[in-house]
Amino acid sequence: MASLKSIRKRIVSVKNTMQITKAMKMVSAAKLRHAQENVIAARPYTEKLASVLEKLAPSVDSAKNPLLQQAKTTKALLIAITSDRGLCGGFNATIGKTAERFVKEHSAEFPDLTVMTIGRKGNEFLRHRVRVSKSYTGITSDLSRQTAAVIAQEIISGFLAEEYSEVHLLFNAFKSVISQEITLMKLLPVPSCQGGEEQFLPDAIYEPSKDDLLAELLPKHIEVQIYQALLESLAAEHGARMTAMESAAKNAAEMIGKLSLQYNRARQAVITTELLEIISGAESIKG
Amino acid sequence: MAEKLKIELITPYRKVVSAEVDMINATGSLGEFGILPGHATFLTSLKIGELSYTSDGATHYLAVNWGYLEVENDEVIILVETAEKADEIDMERARTALGRAEEALKRLSREDKEFAAQEAALERALIRMQVAAKASRK
Repeated sequence: MASLKSIRKRIVSVKNTMQITKAMKMVSAAKLRHAQENVIAARPYTEKLASVLEKLAPSVDSAKNPLLQQAKTTKALLIAITSDRGLCGGFNATIGKTAERFVKEHSAEFPDLTVMTIGRKGNEFLRHRVRVSKSYTGITSDLSRQTAAVIAQEIISGFLAEEYSEVHLLFNAFKSVISQEITLMKLLPVPSCQGGEEQFLPDAIYEPSKDDLLAELLPKHIEVQIYQALLESLAAEHGARMTAMESAAKNAAEMIGKLSLQYNRARQAVITTELLEIISGAESIKG
Repeated sequence: MAEKLKIELITPYRKVVSAEVDMINATGSLGEFGILPGHATFLTSLKIGELSYTSDGATHYLAVNWGYLEVENDEVIILVETAEKADEIDMERARTALGRAEEALKRLSREDKEFAAQEAALERALIRMQVAAKASRK
């Protein structure tokens, strides 16, 4: 059995850990609320923009807009969004593994598939496993539309220059506080919708022309999709961290309970031995 | 006409307006236009400009940034980058933004990359002030 002193030391250290995890949980909870509000506020815009696009895209000749066409190259791009910081459970690891699998699965079709990482953790994981062409770090802490616009601009110009013929986006979507969903989305070429005839608006008035509208709408759509993905990922990250920290705090409390029991037993054993020694000592004097 | 238009004005940050209104006026990329109930299906892009809607005799003004407007079955969906209600506009801020944009435009030439951005900033500030002035005149 471990000595009294060493057990006491461990209890203190576990208590310290618990304090840290508890504090981190509180911080994540506060950040989560903020991030969650942002995600929910942004969703209607993203959805409506996508639905406008859906109505418009099928009625337009895709040959007219380069963003709807697929170039014939062996290159593709995967954008993986992760967090900058750790301690959030399997949040980053799942993205990393999914990205790795994606690259493997598509290696026949696109031997020159590269990955763009957003977030430090994703970069650290994927850097040694796949080809990372570009990485952004530290943008999720201060997220703005400008950041999304810059990334969107870069992707679009790369796509138009035929640097890659497909662009996919991989991120954690925010489902609820305790659950995230790995989402893989095709960004470019913009998938033409299979909505069929009912979404087609034959006698609608378009101002300016349909083609011009679409040409204006598509880049915006990409930008908004990236922005939404970043928001979702941020909220999901805080959710994941909160859950991870909560279970860590719970484990710490359990451990403290076990250690205290052990400590008390050890203490009792020491007292018993001491008593025995005193009594036997007294007996021997008497005798 | 008893019918009303359902209007939903959405920005990436929040839902600004969700109401039933009688009439909408907006600035499209090809000029200003108005929408009354029973309008044909319509899709247009919006410029930086003024947007107003009338409900129960009162007219509300907003300053909007680049966006889209869609009309279908008396439902109007407006997607804009930013939208500010007239009473939310900070006159002081708009004025300083205007000054800043004017300054920048003076030293830039038309070929500069920044020129278009500054021009847009100027336009936004002007529209903001225009909308705020309209609201205060009432």
